[in-house]
Amino acid sequence: MNRHLISAGDLTRDDALLILDTAEELARVSERSIKKLPTLRGRTVVNLFFEDSTRTRISFEAAAKRLSADVINFSAKGSSVSKGESLKDTALTLEAMGADAVVIRHGSSGAPHRLANWVHGSVVNAGDGTHEHPTQALLDAFSMRRRLGSLDGRRITIVGDVLHSRVARSNVLLLHTLGAEVTLVAPPTLLPVSVDTWPCAVSYDLDGVLPKSDAVMMLRVQKERMNAAYFPSEREYSRRYGLDRDRFAKLPEEAIVMHPGPMNRGMEIAAEVADSPRSTIVEQVANGVTIRMAVLYLLLGGEIA
Amino acid sequence: MIIHNVRILGGEPVDIRIADGVVAEVGTGLTGGEVIDGQGAVALPGLVDLHTHLREPGREDAETVLTGTQSAARGGYTAVHAMANTSPVADTAGVVEQVWRLGREYGLCDVHPVGAVTVGLDGRQLAELGAMADSAARVRVFSDDGKCVSDAVLMRRALEYVKAFDGVVAQHAQEPRLTEGAQMNEGVVSGRLGLTGWPAVAEEAIIARDCLLAAHVGSRLHVCHVSTAGSVEILRWAKSKGWNITAEVTPHHLLLTDDLVEESPAGAYNPIYKVNPPLRTRADVEALRAALADGTIDVVATDHAPHPVEDKETEWSAAAMGMVGLETALSVVQEAMIDTGLLDWAGVADRMSAAPARIGRLAGQGRPIEPGSPANITLYDPSVRTEVDPSAFASKSRNTPYTGMTLPGRVVATFLRGKPTVLEGKLA
Repeated sequence: MNRHLISAGDLTRDDALLILDTAEELARVSERSIKKLPTLRGRTVVNLFFEDSTRTRISFEAAAKRLSADVINFSAKGSSVSKGESLKDTALTLEAMGADAVVIRHGSSGAPHRLANWVHGSVVNAGDGTHEHPTQALLDAFSMRRRLGSLDGRRITIVGDVLHSRVARSNVLLLHTLGAEVTLVAPPTLLPVSVDTWPCAVSYDLDGVLPKSDAVMMLRVQKERMNAAYFPSEREYSRRYGLDRDRFAKLPEEAIVMHPGPMNRGMEIAAEVADSPRSTIVEQVANGVTIRMAVLYLLLGGEIA
Repeated sequence: MIIHNVRILGGEPVDIRIADGVVAEVGTGLTGGEVIDGQGAVALPGLVDLHTHLREPGREDAETVLTGTQSAARGGYTAVHAMANTSPVADTAGVVEQVWRLGREYGLCDVHPVGAVTVGLDGRQLAELGAMADSAARVRVFSDDGKCVSDAVLMRRALEYVKAFDGVVAQHAQEPRLTEGAQMNEGVVSGRLGLTGWPAVAEEAIIARDCLLAAHVGSRLHVCHVSTAGSVEILRWAKSKGWNITAEVTPHHLLLTDDLVEESPAGAYNPIYKVNPPLRTRADVEALRAALADGTIDVVATDHAPHPVEDKETEWSAAAMGMVGLETALSVVQEAMIDTGLLDWAGVADRMSAAPARIGRLAGQGRPIEPGSPANITLYDPSVRTEVDPSAFASKSRNTPYTGMTLPGRVVATFLRGKPTVLEGKLA
């Protein structure tokens, strides 16, 4: 495995399976009454968050602490220093403090790549701009595997704002590596112009795709996209691309419903769908801690014996 | 003074006698006075850049008129057009005269300020174009470069107004609404990298509109840094109508592609490749080379855009756009155009000296090396290949995309009206 986890595309099939299998082992730890392992004692993990994301930060924090690492939370938001200067200067500061791993969330695509030039520790991408969010894709794959078994040949549909979604980019890459067949569904305005070069299928017709899906992943749609003319109104978006009760009924019996959160209930997903037993949304959160433990463990602690 | 053993436009070896800053005689076996050994170098008329950012006044940390003209001389240039996006903006006679006077004082390379089209480059009100034209700087090229004159009425008026003093509007073609937050060429790579795309149509739509406007009012139009295959097609069509339109391409758009943003020795997302207009695709590069070869694109212009280290050592979206180019231009053109057989040295002399001088209305520049011409001469050795070392640049800035690349050729000497500004590759 690479020293860093920056793009889901950097993971080979073996890497990805190793992370998922490691997470399975670590999940058993989470079921114990004492959840802590001594594996990363004395190692320092820095959570470097340039964007607010309480859920992702807490997830990484819990993962690192369960492995007994020292955790430093560095929230760089609101810093008066210009963004560029603060990234390099912050990197040098962390380097001086001896960070073994830096978990970075940043609003600019590629910021983790830049950070990796300036620190010696491992860089874990916790979401960069509209680029990638590889641990989200790993936890999604983990959640799917637990419900569906092997992902080989599984049909996964991802619906929503693909253009601006780091979750979608990482998922397409990882699911392709794991042998799944991915279909993206979105209004044409919310797909990159070059999406035909991605390793997946594309459709504008959600109703046509749903009956042939083993899992459907709904992406959050930000309301401000409406003002930029990506779609005419929330209602129209919801009618054409929302997963409501009627559409839910078109899914095969065993198919699952996913959402990376936070949800807009009533917009991209109806409340009763989000809360149905076939929804993995709450499991995804729990699995997030497990998969991040596996990632930190493998990057910092070496392969599992 | 005699320059011994040079090959004018790559031809047979000759000697050049220079007297009083003028070419006095071209022949063989010339003797008498001071002799400089040309060692068989190619002699070109001194290069003329239509598009240079000297940064003074305002950003002297990036470049000054002194370091910028030193850089120009090292690159074989005897004249540069200094863009207007300084601070204060070159939108008054006072600012353009200041820049022009600094250039004269240093005497390394003629500095011809470009005047802003609109006050403060803000696209609302015409700057006092006539006052700049009538000033000591005799401004003939006007541009809001860095920003597009996107308002169609304002563009029309500017095109019309400068006719009174034989001026030209040099347009930075970038439709602003189509490029809000744009970071790189919109295509396969931007989609993968999650960087906001900069569509080719944003450039092409403005070029098409401006060609039609220029034709309608019978004015001269110059199009800055053409970067797409579609732009080339529009220009070819417009020129076929006989309209008075010229265009330039930068060296980097003749050589580099947007793949470098994803994969390069400098690492992914390295802002050294961030430039406006953005690097495009291989197909665009091929179209630009063909257009330069067939004359659809008239000029190579550097868009030399110096930035201090801290403005590039950032995450991609926070970084400044631009690359330095004066000291690598001729080598890149050799790599892209000469060594590929697309242009000969006469063609390079036209695209990098005669044509830009004509567009800028510079009487004393871009003239053939023959008796009576001002002795603006560049000696270039195309036979060597060297690794680009930015620490050796005369420019104050180091933001070159060619670091570590091996490029052909070396400027051996530059003469400005007979006075050597560069000898043996070093500032004289």
